[in-house]
Amino acid sequence: MPAAEEALTSVSLDAGHRKPSRTQVLLLVVAVITLNSFGNLLLTWGLRHVPEHLGLNPAGYVEVMANPFTAAGIAMLILWMLTRMTLMSWADLSFVLPVTAAGYMTATLLGCFVLHEAVSIDRWAGSALILIGAVLVGLTTKKHDTSTPERVSAS
Amino acid sequence: MITWLLLAIMVVTTVLGDVLQSHEMKRTGAQRADARGLLVLIRIIGQRAYLILAIVCMAISFFAFMALLQRAPMSFAVPASAATVILETILAKTVLRERVSPQRWTGAFLVAIGVFLLAR
Repeated sequence: MPAAEEALTSVSLDAGHRKPSRTQVLLLVVAVITLNSFGNLLLTWGLRHVPEHLGLNPAGYVEVMANPFTAAGIAMLILWMLTRMTLMSWADLSFVLPVTAAGYMTATLLGCFVLHEAVSIDRWAGSALILIGAVLVGLTTKKHDTSTPERVSAS
Repeated sequence: MITWLLLAIMVVTTVLGDVLQSHEMKRTGAQRADARGLLVLIRIIGQRAYLILAIVCMAISFFAFMALLQRAPMSFAVPASAATVILETILAKTVLRERVSPQRWTGAFLVAIGVFLLAR
């Protein structure tokens, strides 16, 4: 059974909501990866324009957030957090982890081709192993959830 | 030295945040993936202490990540956080009581090698 379908069967669904289709799961996965990768990219782009290193002084962080690229990156990462939490309500942690790992590989690609960072052979190999290992973990998804879902609705 | 300290803070808070999130979101059941669903999710977050704690962990992890990005390339800083996969797999077994097969341990081990290569 494909990992996405298997993951869907691994959670008990709220009776007030429809069971997400495989296409919906994959679309949400793409949204999570895209929001994370481009959020990190914008964040890095903004931080590159801050001359001093961030320390323990909170004022430095406030100043960094005033940068439009950094602010847009933070907004995308907040949206990423909410969509990832929704994904966690659809599937268990062992399915969500490989999704995050796919984002790591995307980050390496963006770092290399957009930010023009030097990426060594070792780092390419490391990124590839992380991706393979995380996907391998995701393919083993079984029903592990021992908690009892509670009914949560919009009302 | 401070780079590795920031990395350690980021890993620990990410793992704790993810485990708490997974535990709580499984209890809520499937949520909608639209604007209304996100509003409901925000309301749920306000009602659950563990989810608030998870977000506090994510915030600490986020600020450690921001500081890390200024000291290391993005192509190191982001993949290095994959160490969380190993710790989360261990906690998924011991805390979330998931069955971890040999294939899953193999995957976690591959991730560990990958992180080692990133640090070279």
